[in-house]
Amino acid sequence: MSIAPEQSTRAWPLAGEPPYEGSRIPARVPTILDVPPALRDTDDILQVNFGPNHPSTHGVLRLIVDLDGEQVVGLSAVIGYLHTGFEKNMEQKTWWKAITYPARVDYVSYQNNELVFVLAIEKLLELEVPEKATWTRMLLCELNRIHSHLVYLGTSALELGAISMFWYCFRERETILDLYEMVCGARMHTRYFQAGGLAEDIPAGFFPECRKFVEWMPHALRDYLALLDRNQIWLERTKGVGLLSAEDAIALGQSGPVLRASGVDWDLRRDSPYLAYDQVDFRVPVYTGGDVYDRYRVRMDEMAESTKIVHQCLDKLERMEGQPWIADDRKVVLPPREELQTSMESLIHHFKIVTEGYRVPEGEVYVAIESPRGESGVYVVSDGGPKPWRVHFRAPSFAALEATATCTHDALIADLIAIVGSLDAVMGDTDR
Amino acid sequence: MSWEGIPGFVEFEEGHGETTVVVEREHIRDACSYARDELGFNFLADLVATDYLGWEAHAVSGYIGTAAGRDLNRPMTQGFQAVPQPKPKRFSVSYHLLALQHGAPRVRLKCWLDDGETVQSVVSVWPTADWHEREQFDLMGIRFTDHPNLTRILLEDDWDGHPLRKDYPIGGEPVRFSEAE
Repeated sequence: MSIAPEQSTRAWPLAGEPPYEGSRIPARVPTILDVPPALRDTDDILQVNFGPNHPSTHGVLRLIVDLDGEQVVGLSAVIGYLHTGFEKNMEQKTWWKAITYPARVDYVSYQNNELVFVLAIEKLLELEVPEKATWTRMLLCELNRIHSHLVYLGTSALELGAISMFWYCFRERETILDLYEMVCGARMHTRYFQAGGLAEDIPAGFFPECRKFVEWMPHALRDYLALLDRNQIWLERTKGVGLLSAEDAIALGQSGPVLRASGVDWDLRRDSPYLAYDQVDFRVPVYTGGDVYDRYRVRMDEMAESTKIVHQCLDKLERMEGQPWIADDRKVVLPPREELQTSMESLIHHFKIVTEGYRVPEGEVYVAIESPRGESGVYVVSDGGPKPWRVHFRAPSFAALEATATCTHDALIADLIAIVGSLDAVMGDTDR
Repeated sequence: MSWEGIPGFVEFEEGHGETTVVVEREHIRDACSYARDELGFNFLADLVATDYLGWEAHAVSGYIGTAAGRDLNRPMTQGFQAVPQPKPKRFSVSYHLLALQHGAPRVRLKCWLDDGETVQSVVSVWPTADWHEREQFDLMGIRFTDHPNLTRILLEDDWDGHPLRKDYPIGGEPVRFSEAE
């Protein structure tokens, strides 16, 4: 491996004024905003416990907020209320069964999480994936990105009072979930990706329905823009709120739309292509404001770009009728169902994979993809046995919430809702 | 790329297209500053600890939980399996670094430590390490020196033990008339 910093073709951050000078990361603990010494121990400070059971915290996030009037002067985020021990659980399951878990870690971008774990297994196994599986994975992951951003948009707007947005966004979300239902029978948590490819071929009726959806999606996006983009309340609640500069965003490990809204031109789909992202045409939206409004604009643009990618995937997949959708490695991949009736070897392979699981060669890998929330990574260690020795998720929501203290600089209590919403943290992902 | 210049450099290895640089645990903060300032790895993607207790045991291929804990050395299935390569110490702490530049180069810095040993905190290099280190302290019991706020993060403050360690009992119900009784 060789890197040469002077050959960098991209300069970050983008030209343009940074939202603020210097760093706003709190000095003592980077994730805790301390009450200024002058205000400490005065009667003016009111400590409010915001969450964990609060409809505006997107789940069970707890914020301990120190208020001076309406001004937020101290803040610390408390997480862990949804810790379910996924990483420990996965160590007890065979690789084959462990694929079920990642989708439940981040239950809003389930398909992307499933992908990253399957990619890690395939990297350890050095398994080739058929082209049709790659393109189908890309299609479903982009649909999932639209789904995730719709959930963000609907709930964030709802919290700021734009109730109708929620219904519009969930209308399209419902269509996406119906498409998933066509593919695998479940609306979420599909477990459709297997090591080596897909669990089943994509049904023939899927393509016309999916095409109907992506042709409708630009109209839906225009609807959202009409509802929000000239909505004075939305603009005033989001513009200039929750500022985060490019330097601070990188130091705090921010990724995905939050990083791009701070002016850093970075997207793993383009800069470190996986699947077939180097063969599709899409643009990476970047804004320099670093505020809640720009995070919203990045996600709106990304939905349009994802729609374009889905179009290209459909064009490609419609010409792949009858091609294999899973690798033909009988030590890892289940044999075709019909062979079990006639072939002794297939029956043995099927039995071995289902009961004992396949063995993954000894080694460790870190695989990262661009999930709707940013860099979603998985670190996997194998001892050569049928169960993972160690699985660890690099959760983008976990990193995103580290920025709450920096973003709430000079914020009002009402802004806090907008800021937490714009970081788009899923608590299942944060707590794992 | 010259990895030898990293402070505390021990060795580097390539595998599955990834580079791992092993660094002495006493120099991990200097190594991280060096990687950030001199080599351009400006983004800490992930920080993760792994427990290798029982790694070298014969035919480790899984574990069976009992009421008392779990038996590390009983293989899950019959059959011969290669014993994995030995590890220098019980715990590893890996730092997954990324350079936000053309080609998206990545490197994994890694240090080894035994139970009771500490490792330097890198919060002063990357503020994002704050929660990552707290998580590894909470679940794996790795102590990071000079961390400004090393408390439990995912579990309750009065939790007993560190669940991701391999010797942490996984619970389960006792089965009657089994070996355990």
